[in-house]
Amino acid sequence: MKTNDVILQTVTKFTLFVIILFSIHLFFAGHYYPGGGFIGGLMTSGAIVLLLLAFDIKTVKAILPIDYIKVIAIGLLFSIGTGAGALILDMPFLTHAFTYVDLPLLGKTSLHTAVLFDTGVFLVVIGVTMTIIQTIGESE
Amino acid sequence: MSLLHLAVLSPLLLALLIPFLHKHFRNIHTGWFLLPLPAVLFGYFLQFISVTRHGDTVMESLPWISSLGIDFSLKIDGLGLLFALLITGIGALVVLYSIYYLSPEKEKLNTFYIYLLLFMGAMLGVVLSDNLIVLYSFWELTSFSSFLLIGYWNHKERSRYGAQKSMLITVFGGLSMLGGILLLYIITGTFSISETIAMSNEVVNHPLFTATLILFLLGAFTKSAQFPFHIWLPDAMEAPTPVSAYLHSATMVKAGIYLVARMTPVFAHSGTWVWLVAGIGVITLFWGSFSAVKQTDLKAILAFSTVSQLGMIMSLLGIGAAALHYGTIKDGYYIVAVTAAVFHLINHATFKGSLFMVTGIIDHETGTRDIRKLGGLMNFMPITFTLAIIGTFSMAGVPPFNGFLSKEMFFTGMLRVAEMDIFSLETWGILFPVIAWSASVFTFLYSMIYVFKTFTGKYQPEKLEKKPHEAPIGMLVSPVILASLVIIFGIFPNVLSHNIISPAMGSILPSLLADGESFDVHISHWHGFSPELFMTLGVIVLGLLLFKTLSKWTGIYRIFPERLSLNHLYDGGLEMIEVASRNITKTYMNGFIRTYLVYIFSFLIFILATTMIYKDAFKLDFSNVAPIRFFEVVLVLIMAVSAITILFAKSRLTSIILLGAVGYTVALFFVIFRAPDLALTQLVIETVSVALFLLAFYHLPQIRRNEERIRFKLTNALISIGVGAIVTLIALSSHSNKMFDSISQYYVENTYKKAGGENMVNVILVDFRGFDTMFEITVLGIAALGIFAMIKLRMTRGKEQE
Repeated sequence: MKTNDVILQTVTKFTLFVIILFSIHLFFAGHYYPGGGFIGGLMTSGAIVLLLLAFDIKTVKAILPIDYIKVIAIGLLFSIGTGAGALILDMPFLTHAFTYVDLPLLGKTSLHTAVLFDTGVFLVVIGVTMTIIQTIGESE
Repeated sequence: MSLLHLAVLSPLLLALLIPFLHKHFRNIHTGWFLLPLPAVLFGYFLQFISVTRHGDTVMESLPWISSLGIDFSLKIDGLGLLFALLITGIGALVVLYSIYYLSPEKEKLNTFYIYLLLFMGAMLGVVLSDNLIVLYSFWELTSFSSFLLIGYWNHKERSRYGAQKSMLITVFGGLSMLGGILLLYIITGTFSISETIAMSNEVVNHPLFTATLILFLLGAFTKSAQFPFHIWLPDAMEAPTPVSAYLHSATMVKAGIYLVARMTPVFAHSGTWVWLVAGIGVITLFWGSFSAVKQTDLKAILAFSTVSQLGMIMSLLGIGAAALHYGTIKDGYYIVAVTAAVFHLINHATFKGSLFMVTGIIDHETGTRDIRKLGGLMNFMPITFTLAIIGTFSMAGVPPFNGFLSKEMFFTGMLRVAEMDIFSLETWGILFPVIAWSASVFTFLYSMIYVFKTFTGKYQPEKLEKKPHEAPIGMLVSPVILASLVIIFGIFPNVLSHNIISPAMGSILPSLLADGESFDVHISHWHGFSPELFMTLGVIVLGLLLFKTLSKWTGIYRIFPERLSLNHLYDGGLEMIEVASRNITKTYMNGFIRTYLVYIFSFLIFILATTMIYKDAFKLDFSNVAPIRFFEVVLVLIMAVSAITILFAKSRLTSIILLGAVGYTVALFFVIFRAPDLALTQLVIETVSVALFLLAFYHLPQIRRNEERIRFKLTNALISIGVGAIVTLIALSSHSNKMFDSISQYYVENTYKKAGGENMVNVILVDFRGFDTMFEITVLGIAALGIFAMIKLRMTRGKEQE
């Protein structure tokens, strides 16, 4: 089945980066504004799904040769590792810490261990969504 | 973490290294890396003798789940130390033996030694834990490692059968024991064994006492292969012989004995305990030795012999428990049973260990273990023959070996039962010495069969796979050490009595000792012309007589039909359970997802409606609601229209788009109710899932129109309307019933203060309720893996069929 979707493909090439940038913004904004790892991860997966719709699975696999199952594993390691990190410092599991530092250009910035945890969530969400979509999409 | 904790965990830690060692040092037998560990541990535990012989104990605690009273606390006392020495000592010898037994070319040594180390660590944990939950965890780990080791040659059907059987029976017992532990916790409020023992008076008078006792005994009896749970042990003989020597004779099967001994101070004040432990023990003793005589496989003889000897130790512990009713140590008339139990525990490990190794040698050098094929091996294997003589004569209770001493004390203990005047032992107690004596005759008999059918008689080279010859020196070292111990303990039994036996008895019967006192144990060979001596003589005479006339009376074993045997019951029961559960499952699992949805939703309606009616929670209160605005009415209408239209849609694409419309409208609702995080999530989820639908349906064949139309089904309509109604009602009622203050104020106050964030929703997700999130993403991951596995497996299977 040959379809002519030049417009979709061209638009995708531009918007893809915008969506991914926006999703990263959402991810980092999470602690103060609407957003976070879950939404950020979903948004990134949305971007990849758009890519899938505009091109086909084979092309996308060539562009992004990622094993999404490993992404799930890495994400889970991040989340559980952050939780377990507290144990080393003799605190209850999943105790978070935060502090504020002054960085050049950015000014006063907060640093959270919660970000590491959220990175795990972010990766797992991408991994899960893409694993499901890719497996079902490939199965024909 | 103390050195003691490290000692207990060291086998588990070494197990982590085995794969690397196995891979990088291919030309060295992996066993050599293992050997130092049990040897060093044995030396380490040996130094504790100086502590326990004075009745002192060592206690090391490591907080684990302190809020639930579960601490990883380890305690070394006489009993625990005895077992720890057995585990590490026999462990070292078995590892040495296995190096020559298992060939590095043919076997997967890495898995074997990992399982063995798992077992060693678990077993040390069982005997040294002072916390019941920790004990239970290690207990189950011994069952698992035993399962893995029995099934080690998993290409053999019998191995898999034996592994499953042992697993089912011992895990059944383990779970019963867990129930017992929980009941005991309800009674005492502690998981600590030491504290429980201190509260034994309250335990005995509690209404749950009998249930607790029986549950504990189920655990002990299944593990120690007591009648009628003994059937797993003969099948466990499919394991490699070093494993049988280690797990299924010297250590793991004694975990049940350990449990009984350990819990004696708690339970022994009741007659039920004495009767059950002593009674089942004596039955097992007799049945085991009686069944051993008819076996033709050397390992099967040893298996039933182990069953019988375990029963003997068990019965001695039961009788010893009765000693608690007779006051103090001063009239220690009945305590001899406990002395015999502890002494025989050690003796059994030495002679049975060496006999298993001898069996391994015979198997290894001739290729068979069938006594009908063996015979006349004496000339080919003189050393092995000597070892077998020492082992079997000790087992039969012939002087001067250690088995004789403990057998004499066993008779003494049994004879004194008849003199007891509690728990109606004065009437039925006479049965104990009678059964014990006849069991001993059979013990003597199968010992003779073992040694003389194998080593004397006619040599039949045509039936053997290999030409027999003496075993290599490495294989002989371990059994020679054990056999020497048999003789040393036989001649100088009192090296054990003060250092090992007396402290172990102190742990079993602590209430009989005043502070600083210890049991004065003295084992002697000659008691004068006592009844015990005549009993032993009787055993030898009658045993020899029966051995000579063996072929004339073995017909009695055929009287008992196979159909009524316990094994038949087990196999039949297992099959019946499988068939019945398959049939039950078939009635409601028809493979259609729509049927399952009907079940799920009907149950949802049922359970929610019942709870709400039962609690009288339906309450509609419209006094505190905001007015409905025009915008909201429009959204609801759009949603309803799209949802209803789906039912009449003629193509899949239309349905997908309509479903998307419903989803996006919900997102709009979140926007007008000021929930930006939810709205964002809903929007993205909707987008991704629409894309997923498109992807999945893109390749599906066009479906004919008449199948596309959804027929009207009353049940489905009722169920969907019911779900809608109940959810609406619950939403309205939960708004109307404000029973307690909302938790939201807590988050409003603490989000910035404690978590340094401003977006409450997200802070709850990653911080306040981080545990929930962690498990949610884990579940997501599992779901993704599940989908991946299901679809990929279906695809590869499809390819195979093509």
